[in-house]
Order: sequence, then C-alpha cells, then structure tokens
Amino acid sequence: MRIIIEISYLISSIFFILGIKKLSSPKTARQGNLYAAVGMAIAIIVTLLDQHILTYEWIIIGVIIGSAAGTILALRVPMTGMPQMVGMLNGFGGGASTLVALSEFYKITPNIPVNTGIAIILSLLIGGITFTGSMIAFGKLQGLVTGKVVKYPLQHPLNALLLLFVLGSGAYVAANPESVELTLLITFAALILGILLVLPIGGADMPVAISLLNSYSGLAGSTTGFVLQNNELIIAGALVGASGIILTNIMCKAMNRSLMNVLLGGWASAGSLPEGGVVHPMGDVKAVDSEELAMLFDVSSSVIIVPGYGMAVAQAQHAVRDLTNILEKKGVNVRFAIHPVAGRMPGHMNVLLAEANVSYEKLYALEDINDDFNNTDIAFVVGANDVVNPAARHDKSSPIYGMPILNVDYAKIVVVNKRSLNPGYAGIENELFFKPNTLMYFGDSKEAISKLVNEIKNI
Amino acid sequence: MDGTFLMLIYVFVLAIFVGFELITKVPPTLHTPLMSGSNAISGITIIGALLSAGMEQYTISTILGLVAVIFAMINVVGGFLVTDRMLKMFKKR
Repeated sequence: MRIIIEISYLISSIFFILGIKKLSSPKTARQGNLYAAVGMAIAIIVTLLDQHILTYEWIIIGVIIGSAAGTILALRVPMTGMPQMVGMLNGFGGGASTLVALSEFYKITPNIPVNTGIAIILSLLIGGITFTGSMIAFGKLQGLVTGKVVKYPLQHPLNALLLLFVLGSGAYVAANPESVELTLLITFAALILGILLVLPIGGADMPVAISLLNSYSGLAGSTTGFVLQNNELIIAGALVGASGIILTNIMCKAMNRSLMNVLLGGWASAGSLPEGGVVHPMGDVKAVDSEELAMLFDVSSSVIIVPGYGMAVAQAQHAVRDLTNILEKKGVNVRFAIHPVAGRMPGHMNVLLAEANVSYEKLYALEDINDDFNNTDIAFVVGANDVVNPAARHDKSSPIYGMPILNVDYAKIVVVNKRSLNPGYAGIENELFFKPNTLMYFGDSKEAISKLVNEIKNI
Repeated sequence: MDGTFLMLIYVFVLAIFVGFELITKVPPTLHTPLMSGSNAISGITIIGALLSAGMEQYTISTILGLVAVIFAMINVVGGFLVTDRMLKMFKKR
C-alpha cells in the first residue's frame, strides 16, 4: 500500500509539472490548469486511502466547508478584484502550512528529531508570516486597511528583534522539543511579524508584495513537506516558490526598485508633491474634443493603445474594445502595449482586456513593442500615467528615473485620456502631458471613449 | 543528518531548478493565471491537513487538522476554479 501511495504522489507531481508547462501558451493554458487539478485530485484521493487516517468525519466536514467557500469566492470575485483574491488564497495556503506543522508538533512532541524540529519551526515562521501578511495585503487591496505607507516607531529594530526571537527560540525548541508554550509563542511571533512586515508596504507596491507572498506560500508548503517527509509537498512547494520569486523579480525590475526598498516601504517618501495642491510648472497642455479626435483616428493607419489601471477603475475596457473594433473595420492596425505594472498584479491588465474580449494576440509586452512607437501614428494612453512618463529616461532627480517606460512620446501623436491633470500613483508630475505632440482628451474614460467611438461611426 | 532528510533536500533543490525553467517560459500575458494556478498547487498542504484531521483521537492535533483542511481546500478549489475562469477568456479572434 505504501508503495502505491508513493507512486501516486509521484504521478501527481508530474501532473503539476506538465500543468505549469502548458501555461507557456494561452492555447494550452486551460488544459494545463486542468492537469494540475487532476494532479491535486490524485493526491487527495490517495491520501484518503492512507492507513494513518482512521476517521473521516472531520475530513468530510472540512472538505465540504472549504470547497464551498472556495467555490463561492472563485465564482463571485470580479476580474478587477483578482489581486485581493490571490492575496487571500496565498494567506489560506500559508495558514494551512502553519496549522499542519503545529498539529504535527502536538502529535509527536516530545519525541521530535532535530531535523523535523527545525522544519516545524521554519514552517511556523514562513507559514505564519504568509498567513497574516497576505490578509493585510488583502485588506490593503480591498480598501479595508489603508493603502498608504504605514510607518511605526522602531519599525526595523522591532522586526529584527521578532525574527531573532523566532530563530533563537526555534533553535531551542528543536533541541528541546517538549517546550509547547515556547512553540506557541513562536507561532504567535510569526503571525505578528507578518502583519508588521506588510503594513509598511504602500498600495503601489502591492504587485511586489503579492508576488513575494505567493513565493512564501510555496516555501511554506515545502517546509511542511520536510516536516512530514513528503516529497510531493516539497516539489509542489518548490515550484510555487520559484514562480513567486521570478514574478517578484519581474515586478521589481518594472518599477526599477530593489526588493529591499519595496519591503522597507520607500517610494511614497520620494514623491515631493505639495500637500493638497497640484502645480503645473511645465507649461500649457493642448486639449482635444471628441470630434477632432475622431478625425485624427480616421486618417491614422496605426494605433497603439496603452491601458493603465485608471481604465479598469473607470470600467472602460469594453469601450476600448469597441474603439478597437471600429478602427480595425476601417483598416487601422490596432495593438495594445502592456507595461508589467499596468495592473495591480503581474498580468492583471491582460486578464481585464481578455474579459472585454480583446484578443490576446493584440497584447504586446513592453520589450516587444517599445521600438514600434517611432512609426506609429497615434499612441492612445488610457488611464496610465507613471509608466509613460519620459522623465524616467532622462530626469535624474525624478523618483521614477531609470524605470522602464513605454516610449509613447515617440509616436507622431500622443493622445492621453485622463480625468484631470492629477499626478499618478508615484505622486509626480508627468511631462508627457506638456509635450508638443501630446493632446489631452479629458473626461471619464468610459464616457469619453464611447463618445469617441460614436464620432468615428458618424464620419 | 540522516539519509532520508538529505534526499528530501535533494528533491527540494532540483525542484527549484525545474520551477525556474518552467516559469521563465510562461508569457507575461498569463502571469495572473500563473499566480492563481500555482497558488492552487501550493494547496498541496491538503495532504498533511488530511492526515492531521483523520487521526482517531480527538486531540488538539485533529482540531488544528480540521481548520487546516478548510484552509487548504479553499486554496485548492478557489485557486483552480478562478484560474479556469480567467483562462477561459483568453481567446484568439
């Protein structure tokens, strides 16, 4: 029986790996997700046959409650709420790892080998941080907790102290595995640490935080695998851990920040905007109305649309899709340029556009389209700001200097749709708005673009 | 350190390398489904949770196990379903 279970875990791991492999193309991605789900089903069914499981009542209750809650969450969350959803799921994964490690500790204390003891402590630490950290991230994204950078006194010494406490007393518990109270204290410290570590991270940096917590949730799974000496947990956890690290790295690069800088909550202090007021020292802007703009679009032959999160906030995805359709009917080549941090998490903007029925083949990543702005008639910026600010290329005093941006200003005409001239998330002025080839098309994205579509229709 | 534990470390390190190779091939357009899908995979902790919750005696371990089963199942079911919901929308037109 043991050998059948072990081999089934191996098969299940293979399904996970094949599943992720199939995520390399949108054509096979859905099938890949199914593969991974099959792998999970195999693992669950086989575990239920394990002779160590003697009663099923708790299991049935847990599975029913968990599945029902998971289903409701998955079916109800709007696509704009995906970062919160992933944040919350990360948290539950980390929480489960903590609970399993704690449960295992109670089961085998005081006869715990040192190896297992270390694994339990690491599980409690990483799982605990993931659980509360993710819940805070969820709260920030959902608007339940302030999205601002929160500073508290002795921030860094306090966190360092907590971490040292966990590691120090963790070493003691590994050597003296009968210390139940200390183990509980360690768990508590890890939970507090999760809150304290994520609280200082600003709303704009949440894509990094979510990616990093994703990685932690995987690593927590791996450490639990070490506790239970289970290879599949270790493999699956390592895959997820690697995934989270890669995404974290991509997000940091896209914002030109070091991971340390994000974790310490640095950016907001760099924004030097005067309190309450907005200054426009950069000259005049040229506004354009829908009629005039429709004419410009009508005579263009290539358009690149640059969506930002402002588009999603205004629920303008469908209007943008209508614009794409009508322009394509007129023979205009329409493409989308997606900055890595265009949404609130990696790939978020792509999901929002996919929901609005924009073909994924029209969506281009920054490095694939940036050279094409030179020979583009119109770059249409909808609700994006900092990621198209040319200051990032040349202004060494700008807080976003060095950040990779979309070179929209190289297009013949830049049209920026915005409600007002207010600065973006980074709190800085955007010189793009004052360039001679930039036209400002003011208004709520959804209304303004629908109006534009109608004007184009009337031509 | 005994042989089994060393073996586990082997598996962990090799799996990290496999992970890096696989994930770098996922295009940016699929990064959100990648996160939610890999999230569901990290719900594999359900194995440990089931073992904890299925012990015969009703101890503090089984109660922790029960909560762990609930958490892990939310992660698994929620993760796979929401990923499928997203991937369904990625179409070529």
